[in-house]
Amino acid sequence: MSYKCDFAGERHVFDTLAAVMACATPARSGDALAGLAAQSAAERVAARAVLADLPLRHFLDHVLVPYESDEVTRLIIDGHDAAAFAPIAHMTVGDLRDWLLRTETDASALAAVAPGLTPEMVAAVSKLMRNQDLIAVARKVRVITAFRNTIGLEGRLSTRLQPNHPTDDPRGVAAAVLDGLLHGVGDAVIGINPATDSVPGASRLIHMLDDLRERYAIPTQTCVLTHVTNAIAIMARGAPVDLVFQSIAGSEAANRGFGIDLAVLREAHEAALALGRGTVGRNVMYFETGQGSALSANAHHGVDQQTMETRAYAVARAFDPLLVNTVVGFIGPEYLYDGKEIIRAALEDHFCGKLLGLPMGCDACYTNHAEADQDDMDTLMTVLTVAGCTFLICVPGNDDVMLSYQSLSYHDALALRATLGVRGAPEFEAWLDEMGLLDAQGGIRALTDGAETLVRRLGDASLAA
Amino acid sequence: MSDEVERTPPDAAALWQRLRAATPARIGLGRVGNTQPLKDVLRFQLDHARARDAVHAPFDAEALAAELAPLSTLIVESEAIDRATYLRRPDLGRRLSVEGKERLAAAMREDPSRLNCDVAIVVGDGLSATGVQGGGAALVRALVRELGDLSLAPVVIARQARVALGDDIGEAMRARVVVMIIGERPGLTVADSLGIYMTFAPRRGRADSERNCISNIHAQGGLAPEQAAATLGRLLREAMRRGLSGVDIKDDAETLLSPPPALDTP
Repeated sequence: MSYKCDFAGERHVFDTLAAVMACATPARSGDALAGLAAQSAAERVAARAVLADLPLRHFLDHVLVPYESDEVTRLIIDGHDAAAFAPIAHMTVGDLRDWLLRTETDASALAAVAPGLTPEMVAAVSKLMRNQDLIAVARKVRVITAFRNTIGLEGRLSTRLQPNHPTDDPRGVAAAVLDGLLHGVGDAVIGINPATDSVPGASRLIHMLDDLRERYAIPTQTCVLTHVTNAIAIMARGAPVDLVFQSIAGSEAANRGFGIDLAVLREAHEAALALGRGTVGRNVMYFETGQGSALSANAHHGVDQQTMETRAYAVARAFDPLLVNTVVGFIGPEYLYDGKEIIRAALEDHFCGKLLGLPMGCDACYTNHAEADQDDMDTLMTVLTVAGCTFLICVPGNDDVMLSYQSLSYHDALALRATLGVRGAPEFEAWLDEMGLLDAQGGIRALTDGAETLVRRLGDASLAA
Repeated sequence: MSDEVERTPPDAAALWQRLRAATPARIGLGRVGNTQPLKDVLRFQLDHARARDAVHAPFDAEALAAELAPLSTLIVESEAIDRATYLRRPDLGRRLSVEGKERLAAAMREDPSRLNCDVAIVVGDGLSATGVQGGGAALVRALVRELGDLSLAPVVIARQARVALGDDIGEAMRARVVVMIIGERPGLTVADSLGIYMTFAPRRGRADSERNCISNIHAQGGLAPEQAAATLGRLLREAMRRGLSGVDIKDDAETLLSPPPALDTP
């Protein structure tokens, strides 16, 4: 079927639902690269008008990626909760936008409807929403997860401490961890991207991080972001795995490009649950996503990158993750060209993830060939925090020396806590207080003696030596 | 401004010095209020500016050709007409322009001995024109020395080039193997790193898994041109012997040999 819109005397025709979705998307380089973007600014608005009048049910009857050949589509359709959908089943996409923004639509109403929403419905409605709308609705959603601490409570912003090192040197990693802890960072996870992705290499880092956490008695979780099949092998050898990590995407073919399918994620999920390492909760999975990953694997099925990204969240929510984040600017300018596109995409991803019930965080980041800089990240971290973002990734001095890109810094977390009054997870905050790092206002105190008191208190001879 | 930085006693300074020695990461910066001291902000901005400049610096192909003389060179460009297009449209950077194709064809007609060579060396700006401008000629000369016993096509210098542009060029010259020297995506620490990508039987549509890659060729702790050339020499002879390149060809020597990164390939 085709979709038509007579807009100010001009007729716009879209041959497929995928074309309506792609053309309605705010401009970004990845959709242009795929040849899917609107041909004019007016066509973009016309597509939004078409989308606004589409019934939500239309997305259940017209799938964008074939059901028969794609297990992600099957997951979405077979797992759809008709009872949760019932209260909004009569709505169009435009009606949904209005309902979401209504003041009486509160956290419990949003949580109740989440299992009835498909990624395609959520992506569609996001295309009709301005940045302030994405912020206003995401802010109302409450998604709480737990492992050794509780993440996602109101007024809280957690942080991932990312202590990457170009050669995975344990002392170098430990030094970056200490520096992060001094800035009150690390309650979402202390998570390393290993420089070499191997079972023995990842095992060494897992043991090292676990020793560190045990010795300091830090109420947080650790993770080495190695491939899920490595994690399965490592768990089988009895290594102390808190969280299982995996990059995921929105189609079966794109996931195959990552070397995974739903079955292997299920196997890893069960293995991690069986370890029973969580003390206050049982969310054991950590996923990363990012717009453009399906296109870069040539597995996008002619669907725009934001919709494909949202489909990845259906994969994530099947495994009750502790954390999910979009690595929004990492992929490069051929997918998100500049600061404006990165900021928009981050707000979309955060909103869509939250609406689907995920503990959504963000790696607010950019590469050196993108038209972006730290000022854009300052804006992004501020709007995300206002939107109630679950967690942000922080690296020393904004510079990831292993992955060669720029993200938020430990200091940026301090700035957000000071300017927006957001605090860390309560269990972690209590630990910071025990360590003498919390000031009277709940901010992070600068140690007048550098790190010496803390290092002494932690009794870490290897660092002090 | 230094007065505002939280003062740390001498022992703490020594501790941080030891910690900093363990990692190139920007740790122990200290605080001014809830932000970084200005000197660290400026140092970061300078490193980022250098990386940005490396991406956007104009590539002087003629100067590189002059530097390579008396080696015979040809200059071509991809279908990406400028840097902004190059960054948005990697697909265009992988295709040889019509004019470039004609230039290569004319050179082949003029001297048919340039056709059907063992190896075509291509130098492309990639994501760091600075890197190629600074280190490209030395690396070409090291490769020419290493591959001296093989027949070499004229060196092709390519503007707005992605790795796969070598496929079009190698195919046009009917070379058995194409060796692409290209500027890698600049980081804050190193903005002028080069990579070498080798492809047997180059033609349009080759997958990245059909290439061998030697990365991190630069003067700040990376591979030296001679080391990289020696590794390439071993890989290339093995590729010619077995009639293929890519993941099935391994180098036994202990060198930095990595598959092309999934998302960052220039």
